Amino acid sequence: MNSDNGSAPWDLFGYFADHRADVLALLWAHTWLSVLPVVIGLLVAFPIGWLARRYRWAYPPIVSVSGLLYTIPSLALFVVMPTLLGTQILDPVNVVVALTIYTVALLVRVVADGLAAVPEDAVQAATAMGFTRLQRLRTVELPLAIPVIAAGLRVAMVANVSLVAIAATIGIPQLGQLFITGFQLSVTGPYYPPIVLGIVLSVALALLLDRSIVLGARLLTPWQRVSAAR
Amino acid sequence: MIRFDAVSKAYPDGTVAVDELSLTAPSGQITVLVGPSGCGKTTSLRMVNRMVEPTSGTITIDDRDVTSVSATDLRRSIGYVIQHAGLFPHRTVVDNVATVPMLTGTGRREARRRAIELMELVGLPASFADRYPAQLSGGQQQRVGVARALASDPPVMLMDEPFSAVDPVVRDQLQQEFLRLQGELGKTILFVTHDIDEAIRLGDRVAVLAVGGRLAQVAAPADLLATPADPFVAEFVGRDRGYRALGFISAEVAATAEPTVTLGSPMARAHDVAVDDWVLVVDDGGLPQGWLHLRAHPDGGPGPAPGDTVTPGLLNLGGTLSPVGGTLREALDAALSSPSGRGVVVDESGQLVGSVRAGTVLAHLHAATADASAQVRP
Repeated sequence: MNSDNGSAPWDLFGYFADHRADVLALLWAHTWLSVLPVVIGLLVAFPIGWLARRYRWAYPPIVSVSGLLYTIPSLALFVVMPTLLGTQILDPVNVVVALTIYTVALLVRVVADGLAAVPEDAVQAATAMGFTRLQRLRTVELPLAIPVIAAGLRVAMVANVSLVAIAATIGIPQLGQLFITGFQLSVTGPYYPPIVLGIVLSVALALLLDRSIVLGARLLTPWQRVSAAR
Repeated sequence: MIRFDAVSKAYPDGTVAVDELSLTAPSGQITVLVGPSGCGKTTSLRMVNRMVEPTSGTITIDDRDVTSVSATDLRRSIGYVIQHAGLFPHRTVVDNVATVPMLTGTGRREARRRAIELMELVGLPASFADRYPAQLSGGQQQRVGVARALASDPPVMLMDEPFSAVDPVVRDQLQQEFLRLQGELGKTILFVTHDIDEAIRLGDRVAVLAVGGRLAQVAAPADLLATPADPFVAEFVGRDRGYRALGFISAEVAATAEPTVTLGSPMARAHDVAVDDWVLVVDDGGLPQGWLHLRAHPDGGPGPAPGDTVTPGLLNLGGTLSPVGGTLREALDAALSSPSGRGVVVDESGQLVGSVRAGTVLAHLHAATADASAQVRP
């Protein structure tokens, strides 16, 4: 199986055909391990970002502390998670929580800036017409912050797709597993197919998730299209 | 009726924005707060709907303290228009207008039906309903802003420099329509502007505020121009106030008949009827087109030859038109701006009525002011 032909990078199709069920399971694991932290991260970052926007004095400390979280090395975070959470080392929750922390780090600032980008006139008008604070947030500020928040979500999503791969080193199965498999099979010489397959699927997944966010944001902001068309 | 009773607003740093303001905005009238920046006019306005809470004093609307209801309920019962309209960019025009009825629980269908009616009331075609604000001009956005403020049919409207951000031509049009609308609706309006001309044009009563939130004078526009209470008001009301005051005296000046020729007539006819070498040219429908001089071309070249016909190119277009029953200011302006010295007077349909000379207008003014002083000092 380790023939010249079998180790050529373009034989990723052959590798995929031989290991279809395994690879699809890895792809699915990679997908949910990337997406779930972004969803949870946004839900956590939103109130924190709102606070940073609501109280001007809170903006600098909140944004710098949350930004600092991003500087923690991911491998270290994956490794200490079981200790912090009391989970098993192979529990995927470790990965989800670690990546959620990174997502929060990215999105707190994005949410605060997105809310700050809402036109002051519209906020004033909403207040003057008798919106309660919650009504105003839900029906005026949140929709108008979507373009900025969606831009931040794209960054967080793509970053997560690449960060998830590192979790392979602590044994959580996802596309990163293919790199380890390729490395382990490179006994006499480099064995490329699983490695290239892993790269191609990661990039394709990142692109797909990125386009989904762009499309979702477009559907949620019909007014943006008309003003751009003018 | 909106009543300010010794209302003050001071900030923690010691700045006094509004100082012991006592003022009444009568029901069904437009009360304008005017003053330079920093005079607290916007702060005063925003205390009415509790966007700003006063430090001391009370504000009542129809004898009810504004603090006796919740801020949101209060605001839903007051129309509010701001400078850049403050429309919601993510909502269509019809949804913007329907905002407050939807907040107060009116059904979506009913709220939208009413919104379309209001759009028509403020001069927007119903076809704009599904557009977004970014697809409208500044003037159109401001109309949506007014329609939105009217949506719940509030008895009281607060307007904060609503016409300041549009160009002068559109502003003039919006002001005119605003007065027409107010004539129909009779709302109690508190209107903030920094523009004394706008204040005088729109206000039934004008309150002049000085820096530091001191109320300098409250008066009807004509009285403000005629008898400023102190040097600040005199300075603020401005140099042209004598001339502007003419805008409040109606001109019952009798127009004298003015001979005309129609476009396309031979020059010979113009020679027959011209007075002082000037003759007024009208179109076939009798609408004044401009003045023709028998011996001079408007560009400064040689005048028309006797064999020519009267063409638009020969006309001097100077001269404003004064409506029948207009003000002395309009009549005088028409006379002063006319190259022939004869101001053109037209009726509502734009048809020529006759002409007036500046001397006649001034004589009339003299008589009018003599009457007025006779009334003041019998």
